[in-house]
Amino acid sequence: MSSELTVGFLPLVDACLPILAREHGFAEAEGLSLRLVKDMSWATVLDRLLYGHSDAAHMVAPLAIATTLGRGRPAQPLSVPFVLGLNGNAVTMRPDLARRLTTPGHLADPVAAGAALRVVAQERREAGNPLRFGVVHRHSSHNYMLRYWLAGCGIRPDHDVEITTVAPPFCADALEAGEVDAICVGEPWNSVAVERGAGEIVLMTAQIWRRGVEKVLAMKERLLLERREDVEALVRALVRAARHFVDPEHWDENAAILARSEYLDGDPVLIRRAISDRLLLARGGEIVPFPDFMFQYREAANFPWVSQAEWLYTQMVRWEHGTIDSEEARKAARVFRPDVYRSALIGSTEPLPGASSKVEGSLAGTTVVGTQQGRMTLESNQFFDGGVFDPADLAGYLARLP
Amino acid sequence: MRIAIVDESASRAAVIGEGLAALDDCELFVVTERRALVARIAEIDPDIVLMDLGNPSRDVLEEYFAVSRALARPIAMFVDESDDEAIAASIDAGVSSYVVDGLAAHRIRPILDLAVKRFNAFARLQADLAEAKGQLAEREAIDKAKRILMDSRGFSEPQAYAELRRTAMNQGRRIAEIAEAVVTAHQLMGGK
Repeated sequence: MSSELTVGFLPLVDACLPILAREHGFAEAEGLSLRLVKDMSWATVLDRLLYGHSDAAHMVAPLAIATTLGRGRPAQPLSVPFVLGLNGNAVTMRPDLARRLTTPGHLADPVAAGAALRVVAQERREAGNPLRFGVVHRHSSHNYMLRYWLAGCGIRPDHDVEITTVAPPFCADALEAGEVDAICVGEPWNSVAVERGAGEIVLMTAQIWRRGVEKVLAMKERLLLERREDVEALVRALVRAARHFVDPEHWDENAAILARSEYLDGDPVLIRRAISDRLLLARGGEIVPFPDFMFQYREAANFPWVSQAEWLYTQMVRWEHGTIDSEEARKAARVFRPDVYRSALIGSTEPLPGASSKVEGSLAGTTVVGTQQGRMTLESNQFFDGGVFDPADLAGYLARLP
Repeated sequence: MRIAIVDESASRAAVIGEGLAALDDCELFVVTERRALVARIAEIDPDIVLMDLGNPSRDVLEEYFAVSRALARPIAMFVDESDDEAIAASIDAGVSSYVVDGLAAHRIRPILDLAVKRFNAFARLQADLAEAKGQLAEREAIDKAKRILMDSRGFSEPQAYAELRRTAMNQGRRIAEIAEAVVTAHQLMGGK
């Protein structure tokens, strides 16, 4: 008898792992019958999770923490036993703005482009028409990464520029209509804007933080307690899906699956670009490869590092202009559950980091680290400004940020 | 009480609105346009906002409620813990509701209950419509298949139908499925 699990998702390329776990039979092989429910807003994905329409969900990582801490609704503890991927988002601007930051068809340098953007932001603010950025949700990595970049370049979010929420399917429309000057969104929506000539990709979020946590598998803490075995089975199925996803041999096939109407209902050509880390930045230009644009598997990318949850918490506090509350910090850290990931994969060939937390942004080059099964090579995990996040001192980190 | 119904489906918004119109001292505003949604809501200055769960603009609206100072009165999702059951029912029906702070539960409940009922009624209507459409399509396929059999094998109409029914029974499938297979095969063989 297989157990049924229902997983909610938004039609984005990084919903790939649950979809592929179902389509390639990885879930079934773990004794799970996986049902997927597509929605059009994070609010609805969250409602279904909280009111039992779904057991788990594809979710922007900060939303899992915000829900646990009771931001916007009564607190409901969520758990994250698996990270669905790192990065995979980009900053796409209206062509006229993009061209002040970079040559069409070339990715910008985050520092130089930030300096140029600062000038534009100043001009626009003085003209009484401040630059407007669209992000997909206030509790999203998109919002935090964009703000991290802007602030690091001397542009004050909410003061020098406006940041508002735009639903992903409307991002290209919003750029075209001039409702926003730039968007920070996941795929395929940057590529859709590029295809329509509504925008040009200027920066990838991987350039802001090379190993930034993005979507997670979230569930109610109570469900994790009650259905621990099923959750661990799902973690194993998702790891297999991740391994399959990054293999170039499967890119065409997986792009075709994700493009289907019940999933992304999109263009397989655009989806394949994201999967293969090769994006068209400006209409009529060349495809530009950027390794690690999406980061779904290598370097134990799916391992829920407690330090990632803590970094997200510092950013939440940062933009709420609040202070670190040690009880909240403890709850936020507790959302990420490396213990569940480990117990699901113990005895497998997957590398299991020995530590549960790490100093983020500290690796400039390739580093070999110990795991429970030998060693693993990690590449750069730097922030664009060289910042280092030590989870041992959240308040100190926050105080040093601009 | 000012109630805003945000729904990109104009027909559903009409069904909901019709139900709520029966309530005393309620003013209804239907918003079906996505563009300038937030500005429109600010203009309406509602006490209650009802929005379908499938609306991609939910996150936009929630953001607005959470951070905007444009609204004189803060709006929150209807999350009074004691009314968890009511929220569950509205999520089941596919409607989310946002209520201005401080509005008494006894004033909200009848509106929510009614909205849930109307949403459910609309879902039933749609299911009926889909079924009716499906039946129509099936009947058309059967008629076409009969004609193909009559032309190609010289059957009379009752014979053609009997042939379809016999094949369906033998294969344990529905007559409409066999009819569709006949039509598809005929098209592949160059028929029209």
